[in-house]
Amino acid sequence: MSVEAHEMPRLPDVDPLEDKPESIPQAARRKLSSPWASFIVVVITFLWTIPTLGLLITSLRPAADAQNSGWWTFFANPAVTFSNYAEVITGGDTIPSGITPYFFNSFAIAIPAAIFPLTLACMAAYALAWVRFKWSTAVFFGIFALQVVPLQMALLPLLQMFNLGWSLGPIPIFPDLNRPGSEQSLLAGTYIPLWIAHTMFALPLAIFLIHNFIAQLPRDLMEAARVDGASHFLIFRKIVLPLSVPAIASFAIFQFLWVWNDLLVALTFAGGTPDVAPVTAYLANVKGTYGAQLHLITAGAFIAIVVPLIVFFALQRYFVRGLLAGSVKG
Amino acid sequence: MTAIKRRRGMALLAGGLAAGMLLAACGGSDDSASDSAGEETAAEDTAAEDSGGEEDAGGEEDAGGDMAAGCEAYADYMGNEGTTVNVFTSILPPEQQLFEEAWAGFEECTGIDIVYEASDQFEAQLPTRIAGGNAPDIAWIPQPGLLERLVADGGPVAAPAATEALVDEYWNPAWKGYGTVDGTFYAAPLGSNMKSFVWYSPQVFADNGYEVPTTWDELWALSDQMVADGIDPWCGGLESGGATGWPATDWLEQVMLRLYGGDVYDQWVSHELTFQSPEVEAAMDVVAGWMKNPEYVNGGFGDVQTIALTPFQDAGAGIPTGECGMLQQASFYANFWQNFDENATVGPDGTAYAFYLPEISSEFPQPVVGGGEFVAAFADRPEVQAVQTYMASPDFHTSKAALGNWVSANSGVPLDTYAADSIDQLSAEFLTDPNGIFRFDASDLMPAAVGAGEMWTQMTAWFAEDKPTAEVLADIDAAWPAS
Repeated sequence: MSVEAHEMPRLPDVDPLEDKPESIPQAARRKLSSPWASFIVVVITFLWTIPTLGLLITSLRPAADAQNSGWWTFFANPAVTFSNYAEVITGGDTIPSGITPYFFNSFAIAIPAAIFPLTLACMAAYALAWVRFKWSTAVFFGIFALQVVPLQMALLPLLQMFNLGWSLGPIPIFPDLNRPGSEQSLLAGTYIPLWIAHTMFALPLAIFLIHNFIAQLPRDLMEAARVDGASHFLIFRKIVLPLSVPAIASFAIFQFLWVWNDLLVALTFAGGTPDVAPVTAYLANVKGTYGAQLHLITAGAFIAIVVPLIVFFALQRYFVRGLLAGSVKG
Repeated sequence: MTAIKRRRGMALLAGGLAAGMLLAACGGSDDSASDSAGEETAAEDTAAEDSGGEEDAGGEEDAGGDMAAGCEAYADYMGNEGTTVNVFTSILPPEQQLFEEAWAGFEECTGIDIVYEASDQFEAQLPTRIAGGNAPDIAWIPQPGLLERLVADGGPVAAPAATEALVDEYWNPAWKGYGTVDGTFYAAPLGSNMKSFVWYSPQVFADNGYEVPTTWDELWALSDQMVADGIDPWCGGLESGGATGWPATDWLEQVMLRLYGGDVYDQWVSHELTFQSPEVEAAMDVVAGWMKNPEYVNGGFGDVQTIALTPFQDAGAGIPTGECGMLQQASFYANFWQNFDENATVGPDGTAYAFYLPEISSEFPQPVVGGGEFVAAFADRPEVQAVQTYMASPDFHTSKAALGNWVSANSGVPLDTYAADSIDQLSAEFLTDPNGIFRFDASDLMPAAVGAGEMWTQMTAWFAEDKPTAEVLADIDAAWPAS
């Protein structure tokens, strides 16, 4: 692993300053790796894990125990059952379909909703960073500024656009797609509005992060390629994309996790029926009208976090590097 | 170099995978967009399978119920085969399954597919969907105030005459009033709950020789008797997260309705009668002599101030143990007794049971404060009207009530539909009585700034800080929105 990491194509300005006197980051690193610091980190980690541990224990307790006593009483009265997980997976009295359809919906929503903005953002970021055109800086700052628009503010106009269409004067921007003989739009009850909405909401941050990474790539590389006659598309595909994998991967994790955990956008654009609703909607409903299904919601939550964990651990080595590279520009 | 190559290979692989997923996803989207008819058919197929299964289960229970005989009851709703009606509600699973079971026969016979969607974000989602052009066909509205706001914004469509006729026939007239806005009838009642109950332990009552009080005077004689016997007669809890204080508004509502009857109560709800009027002050004094009486409360917890701190779910903890004599709470409190004891049962011989909080004067007979949902429609397609009418019919209400844990104020539901001596049956008995005075929970009818805000806060302060009554009432009045 370490050899591999060492041979990674490295940017000149992040080379370690090996022979120079200790810099501030190095001093900080040395101080933070003292045994005391490690001890404190372990303690904090332990404390932060306790709620998750409580969740795990509750999910393994019989329904009556989970409802009538705190999870810590488990240690005095250990009774383990997997029936909560069985009920969540295969379905039961509460939600007969179980978590499975919702789980697939979550994938069907989150994967395109991560790939679409990523693809668009990579191309936009390259164009803004390396293609000279008039107002490119202004466009970039405009996109960057769009991050201040809260998502909640855009929900209603977007919903109207999907369902009623939208036109700018006489020019139709988005058609009114009504189902024949019904007041409902063709898009209602499909994933499409969700993909579009998530893509829109993700683009400003995605373009910003990836732009800052791509803009730091050495100019010499681009110029050499240009001299050799490479087109912009070729440079983008053969040089920029492979070198930007850390930034792309970190944003992919970011976006996937955000969409996976989203409830608001999903409920607003797709609704809560099992044919489109994601896992979060299952979790919100499985708790029951009086919030009495603690054992099911905890088991469901544990099943739901498996996927983000896999994604995170699979791509985590890019995560910090990519985020830092994007955010602390020069 | 090999490492770099391998990495490139991985990147390519990742890219290829991504592209593949993209293609697959686009393919999927094409299908669902252009071939929505196919999707609908698929949905119907699964629905048909589901209801088919339920039908079988029903068939086993009910030997006489063969298809043709069962379908005669639905003759009025025929002619809408292959249509779909969306229902959006705040009632989450597992209650959802009971509703679907109750209308399975209707779906089977009429060919109308009722798609149930529940969300705990109902009250935020519904106005958003209506404004966004994505209104459900039918929504179950838990508060008349919300119905009024929706009508003001132009959402719901008036109920068909058939629905209105059913409501006229089977409900206490007050219910129709709550489904009516500006003279137009929009929404028929669905489920209901009864708030005018006092919970007690039949065991403790039997051991001490107490009788269930049937008049206001007997209630206080019993309270004093309990004090003499060393039992705190009353307990209560106001803590309920963001809604802390609502149980105290219920107490005030009970007294208001009992002291002055329905007309004054309606004036109070519409703020023609302010909180600072002598009537409300007198009602507050009655509540003070009841739940703020240091001799009477707070059984199982401590002094008067503990009422503000105790979670309402826990308030009855002292009842089975005999530390507390009585608890004024709604019918749904039946769900909480098992929190104290896994084997708790509700009934005349059970761990806990309830009696009707007696009337104060015979001038206003049998006042009942309650709540419920209303079935509002947002489309007037024939199948939507059929479902809306069916949801008001005694047929549907009986079939739902038979599944348990649900009360209807529809007087067409025979009382023996409910489990004998269940709290549901007791609730229905009072809710369907045509001679009683029914009024909706006032705090649900008042503007949210008061009914779901200042009134909760001030009533909590009244208990927690012993804030003077006059200041409490003045502050609630001050929060009433100027319209």
